[in-house]
Amino acid sequence: MASSNSLMDSLFQRSLEDLIKGLRLGESTFISRSLEEIRREIKLTDLSTKSVALQKLSYLAALHGVDMAWAAFHAVEVVSSSRFAHKRIGYHAIAQSFSDQTPVMLLITNQLRKDLNSSNEHEVSLALECLARIGTDDLARDLTSEVFTLLGSSKALVRKKAIGVVLRVFDKYPDAVKVCFKRLVENLESSDPQLLSAVVGVFCELTAKDPRSYLPLAPEFYKILVDSRNNWVLIKVLKIFAKLASIEPRLAKKVADPVCEHMRKQNVGKSLLFECIRTVFSSLSDQETALKLAVAKIREFLVDDDPNLKYLGLHALSIVAPKHLWAVLENKEAVVKAMSDEDPNVKLEALHLLMAMVNEDNVTEISRILMNYALKSDPLFCNEIICSVLLPCSRNSYEIIVDFDWYLSLLGEMARVPHCQRGKEIEHQLIDIGTRVKDARLELVRVSRALLIDPALLGNQFLYPILSAAAWASGEYVEFSKSPYEIAEALLQPRTCLLPDSIRAIYIHSAFKVLVFSLGAYFSAQQPTSPPLAQESTSSGHSMVNGFTYNSISSLVNMIELGLCSLSGTIDVEVQERAKNILGFIGMIKHEIAEKATSQNSETEGHRAIAFMEDVFSEELGPVSSTAQEKVPLPEGLELNENLEGLQEICREVLEPMAESDYSSDKVSFSVAKLRIRDQEEASSSLPPPLESSSLLAEHRKRHGLYYLSSQKSEDHNDREGNDNNTSNEYPPANEISVDSFKPKKKISKPRPVVVKLDEGDEPKRKPDASSSNDESLSRAIQTALMGKGKGKEKEKEIVKENHEMNVDTENIEQSSRREKKNKKNGERSSKRSSRRQRGKEASVTKPVEVPDLLL
Amino acid sequence: MDRLMSLCVPSLDLRKHRSLIDSLEIQSCYLLSEHSCLASGFGSIHFVLLVSRQGKVRLTKWYSPYTQKERSKVIRELSGVILNRGPKLCNFVEWRGYKVVYKRYASLYFCMCIDAEDNELEVLEIIHHYVEILDRYFGSVCELDLIFNFHKAYYILDELLIAGEIQESSKKTVARIISAQDQMVEAAKEEAGSISYIIAQAS
Repeated sequence: MASSNSLMDSLFQRSLEDLIKGLRLGESTFISRSLEEIRREIKLTDLSTKSVALQKLSYLAALHGVDMAWAAFHAVEVVSSSRFAHKRIGYHAIAQSFSDQTPVMLLITNQLRKDLNSSNEHEVSLALECLARIGTDDLARDLTSEVFTLLGSSKALVRKKAIGVVLRVFDKYPDAVKVCFKRLVENLESSDPQLLSAVVGVFCELTAKDPRSYLPLAPEFYKILVDSRNNWVLIKVLKIFAKLASIEPRLAKKVADPVCEHMRKQNVGKSLLFECIRTVFSSLSDQETALKLAVAKIREFLVDDDPNLKYLGLHALSIVAPKHLWAVLENKEAVVKAMSDEDPNVKLEALHLLMAMVNEDNVTEISRILMNYALKSDPLFCNEIICSVLLPCSRNSYEIIVDFDWYLSLLGEMARVPHCQRGKEIEHQLIDIGTRVKDARLELVRVSRALLIDPALLGNQFLYPILSAAAWASGEYVEFSKSPYEIAEALLQPRTCLLPDSIRAIYIHSAFKVLVFSLGAYFSAQQPTSPPLAQESTSSGHSMVNGFTYNSISSLVNMIELGLCSLSGTIDVEVQERAKNILGFIGMIKHEIAEKATSQNSETEGHRAIAFMEDVFSEELGPVSSTAQEKVPLPEGLELNENLEGLQEICREVLEPMAESDYSSDKVSFSVAKLRIRDQEEASSSLPPPLESSSLLAEHRKRHGLYYLSSQKSEDHNDREGNDNNTSNEYPPANEISVDSFKPKKKISKPRPVVVKLDEGDEPKRKPDASSSNDESLSRAIQTALMGKGKGKEKEKEIVKENHEMNVDTENIEQSSRREKKNKKNGERSSKRSSRRQRGKEASVTKPVEVPDLLL
Repeated sequence: MDRLMSLCVPSLDLRKHRSLIDSLEIQSCYLLSEHSCLASGFGSIHFVLLVSRQGKVRLTKWYSPYTQKERSKVIRELSGVILNRGPKLCNFVEWRGYKVVYKRYASLYFCMCIDAEDNELEVLEIIHHYVEILDRYFGSVCELDLIFNFHKAYYILDELLIAGEIQESSKKTVARIISAQDQMVEAAKEEAGSISYIIAQAS
């Protein structure tokens, strides 16, 4: 009965075509129904039925995202069929669905071996394709000898696929290099264009990973570069030379000529021409004629109507921009024109180029142009523009900014661009400039005030970070404010309830600073002789502008009290605590204010409290070095690196793009932390006399001194003058740089203010790339193969050692290669053939990588 | 169903094609900084996608390891980006630090994902080459041919690319190999289709 059932299934099985037709009628239920059928059919013994079921399943998996991992075993079954039609379906399914983790992977090794040895070239080709796609470490190891045999096959179809497979095999099993490398290299001289194309493709990929190992093959590549007429092969060879030339300058000189020749050719393919240009820009940019020719050619791309060429032209310019800005400046009209292109990708490239041209002379002009574009662009591009203005301007501690007042007002303008979503970065820069550039604080407070008093801005959540920076700046630098009352009013306006609690806390705290400052000014105005109070106000030099009368101060106090009393019941503890702190302080001080107006007694309780509070806020906040964390000594017994290796792999993707924002959030959390410290001190301040708490503070700072890099800066400055770089006076005056700018230069009316720079680590550090051990072992194997040394772990170790020496001392390489030159006449292959013993001896003397002298 | 090749202009020029709906959502082509979840492949091409103008997937080929979930995500993301691009724009899209080169032939978009430093124009040529081979094989190919012979399209692609590397530059050779394989399959099918074979299987 069972057999007749299966017969019915086989006879009336839906073919792939039936399945596709059914799918076109209606999808969702049909798929699940078909899947049920497939599950039944695939278990039958008849291989034809099984393979059709598998084919249907791979169709559903490829186009409808159906999972087919469960059918892995059946795929192996189908592959074992003797029929080509079945095999083809099976191998296709395997290539499509297997991963390194597929459990039945072990089962296919023998089948693959059998098919690789098959006399039918199409079967061999199927197995090779499959291996190229799914090869694991084990498969690569077990099948290396088969691949080696096929590399010498007389059938072009098989041989070129075997060449393609080598890439995967080398990657998974570096020892295969010892076996296969020689044959692979031999194919470089093949006259068959298919084979040549395949082998050059393999070397192109290999070279991209580890150029140094392939330097000895340069003569072979050079020959292809000169002789080949195939664009695709030439493009690959150019890619190889781009890598090689960047580590061996002499090669660049040699290659420049043939590359120029290709560029000069009439009717050269655009793809090849572009590759030539890119190669010149990226690796041969020191060759003057080549560079000039490439720049001339790129101009043709830029003015072409084809959007592809325009895009690529701009893209190529951005490669050359860092080293040869003149190439961009020569084409600046085309770049500016591209800013209004309809293609967003073209616009983006143009934007990057425009910002690459920025220097301290034209930054104002370019920013002006860009801000105009930002106002009329779509939200996405608008934010790209804002971002690309912010980044270069802040680079290297605002290197290109001379006029900080202008820059701060630009930041203020950005906040008002309707689509602006870059609040985080603007916030960071506002605070950063505040802490670093003393002379810019007046303008900072002005810009902040404008932002704070505008109730409309409170409705835009993207601006919250900017507003929090503005609030912080207005509080911290309140002495520059024309009207503290207005600031306090803005900080406590009713619409602030729209803000998130964390930012609201900053608002309240800033209001506190304003209050303390105002009270201080009020008391000191009453007693100009009182020394401790006068200190801060006179040092700032601005505070006396706003004289506080009894009326004004009491209306300020009342306003703050009124604004805060509703907050003392807020759910958020941060807001509540701050509000209560201030209310408590006001309660304590209120009657003193009234007394002050009448009596002249300077030693009142309130007076002392105010003086103390002013003390708390008087310490100036400075920038924090990004290496601050590293200066904290590692507590004993704390293992930071243990068992977290794997985590890096996972986190890298997440961390890398956030590197910038990380930095800014550091800053913010720092200031918040500092505020907290102050809060603690405020809390204790109302009761004990100032002396005790300031000694507490001193102790605290002694214990955690490392965190206070910035504020210690002034003392440190005297201590270690050797390695610090606190001022930026070494910048050349603006007029000395005579790079073309968009408009005639403006005379800079005022000198560039001092920007505080920390000695090191102002820029976020880049994580060193952890290259995988597999790559290393591959390059080691290749170097061994190229040296013609057979086996032996010790030798390999030697090479590693030599490798290090080599990096240190490149001149030695040249010497040794010259010596080497005498020994070999016909490239590496002859040297490989030379007796192993002799080479073994030599190996201890010579370096592993021989730089060929290109005797061509 | 329009014929693919009939609309394909030799100079790889898209301008004569009908315009698509312009849309503001050109999203993630800018969002380069977004993390890339792709493991690196071995060759220069990471995957090949064929998507119809309506967003239906017609062929997918992955040369880098992706899970099924990632595959669907990639397809959704990319077809969103590419189908929304206007006809007069360039054929390259930056995506998660890679480049996706696409070209529209009649109702089908052929997309290939490559590394940022690979040659975009070369990939356009490869795409065109593939379409030409398909055209030769099916005899002025159209979308329906690919729908019903999706496996053939794969086999042809396999002759063109191995491990993401371009393999074969001659159209003639590919046609010869594929037809030789087809003959092997046909011969076997005739044998298997005979009633006596089925009876032998059943008993």
